[in-house]
Amino acid sequence: MAAEREKLVLIGNGMAGVGTIEQILKLGGAYDITVFGSEPHPNYNRIMLSYVLEGSKTIEDIILNDLGWYEDNHITLHTGTTVTRIDEQNKLILTDNGLAVPYDKAIIATGSNSFILPVPGSTKDGVVGFRDIADCDAMLAAAKQYRTAAVIGGGLLGLEAAKGLVNLGMDVTVVHLLEDLMERQLDRTASSMLQAELTRQGVKFAMGKQTVELTGEERVTGLRFSDGSELPAEFVVMAVGIKPNVQLAKDSGITVNRGIVVDDYMQTSMADVYSVGECTEHRGTCYGLVAPLFEQGMVLAKHLSGSQTPGYEGSVVATKLKISGVDVFSAGEFTETPEHTVISAKDEWKRTYKKILLKDNVIVGAVLFGDVTESANLQKLVKNSTEMTNEIYDEVMGTSCCGGGGAKKGMSVEAMADEEIVCGCNGVTKKAIVDAVTENGFTTVDEIKACTGATRSCGGCKPVVEQILQFVLGDSFQQSAKQGICSCTPLSRDEIVAEITAKGLRTTKEVMHVLDWKQAEGCSKCRPAVNYYLGMIYPDTHEDEKESRFVNERMSANIQKDGTYTVIPRMYGGVTTPEDLKRIADVSLKYDVKVVKVTGGQRLDLIGVKKEDVPKVWEELDMPSGYGYAKSLRTVKTCVGSQFCRFGTQDSMGMGAMLERKYERLDMPAKFKMAVNGCPRNCAESCTKDIGIVGNDGGWEVFIGGNGGIKPRIADAFCKVKTDEELVEVCSAVIQYYRETGNYLERTSEWVERMGLEHIQTVVMGNDDNRKELAARIDFALAQVRDPWRKMLDDKNTRTALFEETQV
Amino acid sequence: MERSNREYTIGRVEDFMLQIGRVIHAGDVELAIFRTSDGAVYAVRNHSPHPKGGPLAEGIVSGYYLYDPLHDWKIDLRTGEVQAPDRGQAEVYPVTVEGGVVKVTLPAAVTNLN
Repeated sequence: MAAEREKLVLIGNGMAGVGTIEQILKLGGAYDITVFGSEPHPNYNRIMLSYVLEGSKTIEDIILNDLGWYEDNHITLHTGTTVTRIDEQNKLILTDNGLAVPYDKAIIATGSNSFILPVPGSTKDGVVGFRDIADCDAMLAAAKQYRTAAVIGGGLLGLEAAKGLVNLGMDVTVVHLLEDLMERQLDRTASSMLQAELTRQGVKFAMGKQTVELTGEERVTGLRFSDGSELPAEFVVMAVGIKPNVQLAKDSGITVNRGIVVDDYMQTSMADVYSVGECTEHRGTCYGLVAPLFEQGMVLAKHLSGSQTPGYEGSVVATKLKISGVDVFSAGEFTETPEHTVISAKDEWKRTYKKILLKDNVIVGAVLFGDVTESANLQKLVKNSTEMTNEIYDEVMGTSCCGGGGAKKGMSVEAMADEEIVCGCNGVTKKAIVDAVTENGFTTVDEIKACTGATRSCGGCKPVVEQILQFVLGDSFQQSAKQGICSCTPLSRDEIVAEITAKGLRTTKEVMHVLDWKQAEGCSKCRPAVNYYLGMIYPDTHEDEKESRFVNERMSANIQKDGTYTVIPRMYGGVTTPEDLKRIADVSLKYDVKVVKVTGGQRLDLIGVKKEDVPKVWEELDMPSGYGYAKSLRTVKTCVGSQFCRFGTQDSMGMGAMLERKYERLDMPAKFKMAVNGCPRNCAESCTKDIGIVGNDGGWEVFIGGNGGIKPRIADAFCKVKTDEELVEVCSAVIQYYRETGNYLERTSEWVERMGLEHIQTVVMGNDDNRKELAARIDFALAQVRDPWRKMLDDKNTRTALFEETQV
Repeated sequence: MERSNREYTIGRVEDFMLQIGRVIHAGDVELAIFRTSDGAVYAVRNHSPHPKGGPLAEGIVSGYYLYDPLHDWKIDLRTGEVQAPDRGQAEVYPVTVEGGVVKVTLPAAVTNLN
C-alpha cells in the first residue's frame, strides 16, 4: 500500500491560493488537500466583479472552480469557515467553528480587505467597499433604490465601481484626494484624457477633495470635505485601497510587516507555513494585482511539488482598466525625471497617447491611452529591461512599414519563458497555449480560448495569444488569424453581403456552403445574421427561416426565465381605447397573466403566459403584435401634443401612430425605437431613441443614434424639415440606410459612431435622388411584410409544431 | 415499483419540423425533441444543464448541436455533452424510428421521477 500522503492545508479560497493548488495538481504534487474559505462561495475571479457590476456577467460566470472541481480532485472544502490560528507546536489549523485540522504544510492566502477611511460616519448604512460578491450585491441593490452615489478613490477600482454604478443608472461622483486620476499608474496627460473620456460617459468628478466626514443619521446622506464643502450621496463606495489581511498570521506569531513577510520561495517565518498573494510582502512590496499572484503561486507550487525552480524575484506590474470603451495601460515607471529619455506621441483627434520612458537607453516604463495594442509587447520589454533599438522603436511607435512588424513581434514571444503567465485571469502559461496549438492543431484564438480558458475573462491578453499563435504557426497564421462575424467564417459582414449579392446566394444553407463555412450549418451567432442579410437583400423573395431565428422572434413573443412568455399588443403611438383595454383585461384574466406592466415605450406587457396559451391569447386579443421581442421597430413613444397639450405645436400622437403603422414589422439589424414630441419640452424623450423627432412651430427636428440602454448615448441632431412629407422621407432614408449598412445586432448608437454622423447626413440629406431611392427601397420592403400572428393562426402546422405540447 | 425501462411512442417523424424543437411530455418527463437536417431525431430532457436551468426546446439547431435558447450554451444532441468552454451534461434518451414512428426509451429511474 502507498504511504499516507502529506497533508496540505490552504487557508483562503481565492485566486492566489487556488491557483497554487491547481499548479500543484498539474505538477503531480502528492498531498491530501484541505481548503478553508470565509466566503460562502466556491472560488471566483475577483477581478471580474467589475463585469458583474456592469451587468455583462453573472456571479456564475465568474466562478473559476465549481464545487465539482473540488470533488473531482478529492479536495476537502470548508466554505463559510474562518481560520483563527495556526498552532505550530501541534501542527494544527484551528477554526472559528471549532475544527482542528492537522497539517504537514500550510499556505496562507488570505488576500486583502478594502481599506475603509477612518473618518466619522464610515460605519453608517449605505457605505461599502468594493472587494467581494457581498459588496457587489450591495451596489446592485443600492442602484435599485437610490439615485445619487459617491465613490471615494480615483484609482482603478474606484473608477470601475463608478462606471458600474453609472451603468446601473445612478448619478455618480468620484471623489479623489489628488488632482490626477490613477496617479499611481498614469502620468498627468493620460490621467486628464481618462477623466475627459469618463466625463463623456457620464461620471462626475470632485478632484482634490479630502473627505473628513460622512453625514447622516443611521444612513449616509452625504460627504463633508476638508474645505467645508459638501456633496450629497445616498450611497458611498470606499475604494481608496486595500490592506493585506494579516490577522491570522499575526495571531499565530508569524512575522508581519505591512504584509506577511515571505522569502523568494514564499516561506513565512513559521516552519512549513507559506504564503502567497495580496496578503504577502515580498522584498518590501505588497502586490494588489493579479499577475504577481500567479507568478508567486507558480514558484510555490513547484517548490511544494519537489521540482527545481528559481526563486520569485518580484513582478513588473502592469495596469489595465476594465471599462468598456476606455483603454488605459501602464507598466513600470511612468513619471518623467531628468534622467529619463522620453518618447511620446499624443493625438488629440483620435484621443490616443503613447509614452515610453528610457533610462540609459533601457525601456523602463510605458503609458498608453486610447490604443493599447502594444501593451503586451511593452510589458514584456519593460520586464526584460530591453534596450531600445531602431527596430523596437518602429514596432512600438507604429512607424515601421507593414512588412516587417509581424516577424519582430513573433520574436518577442519566442523569447518568453514557457512558464510565463499569459492570461492573468485564468493563470494560463505560454506553454499551455503552445501545447494547445501543436497538439490539437488549433489555428484561432477562439479555439485556444475554448481549450485553455486564455482570453476568456477580461480579454487583455488576446494580443499576446495572437502573437503566440503567429509564432507557432508561422506562415500558415495569416490565413487563419482573420476573424469573421463568428468562429464559423473568416468573412466580415461586408464581405458576406457582397458575396450574397455577387453570387446570387438565396438561403443560409447556400451561403454557408458556397462560402465554405467551417461549421456546415453555422451557429447561433451567424445563422440569425445571415438570415437577416438575405431578407434585407431580397425583401420580396427571401423566405424567412424560422429555424434561424432566436427564440423570441421565432415565437413572436418574449421568453422569460421560467419558460413562460410575454405578450405585448401594439398600441400605435402609445394610444389605446377603452374597448381595447377591456379586451386586454378580459384575456389577461382568462389566461391567468401574472403581471400587467407598462413598458418603457408606453405599451402593456402581459407577463407570464404559458407557451401553449400564446396563440390563443393572440387570437382572442385580435390585435397586431407589438414586436416587443423583435429586431425591428419596437415603439414610437409620443407626448400628448397639439391635440390636447396647451404647449403642443405639432400633432405628435398622430404623427407617432402614423410612423409606427408605416414601419412596423420590418426587420432591422437590431431593435429600433422612435419618439415624437409635439414641442421642444421633449416629454417623450427623443434624445435616447434611434430616431427622435421634436416638433416646433413650423416644422420638425430629427435626432438619430440615441440609446438609453446599457451603453447610453444622447442622440445627434440630424436635420430640420418643414413638412410632414419631408419628415417621413428622411425617416425612411435613415432607416433603410441603417438596414443596408448596419452589422447584425448593431444598434444605431454604434452605427452612427462607426459610419460617422456627417457621412450619414451626406448620404441622406446631401442628395435628393439618393434619399428618394432609399425611401423607395424601404417602401418596397415594407410592402412585403405580414403580421406574424395572422400568419401563425392561419398556419396550423407551424402553430402546432412551435406551441403545442403533447402528452404521451 | 416499476424497474424496467419504458418505451413511449411520441409521434410520426413528420410531426417534427427540421431544426425546430418540440415539447413532448412522456409520463412525468418533459422532453424536447429535435430533428436535425439529416432527418435524425433526438430526445433531450427539456431542462438546460446551465445552473439557471430553463427550457431547451426553443434553441437553434446547427448540425448535431443545439444552442441553448436562454444561455447560448452549445450542447451535443447525440451525447448531451455541453461544449467547451462551458461544462455540463444535458440528459439525452435513446430514440428509435421504425416505419416513420418515433419512440423514446426512458430509463426506470427517470420514469419514476415525480
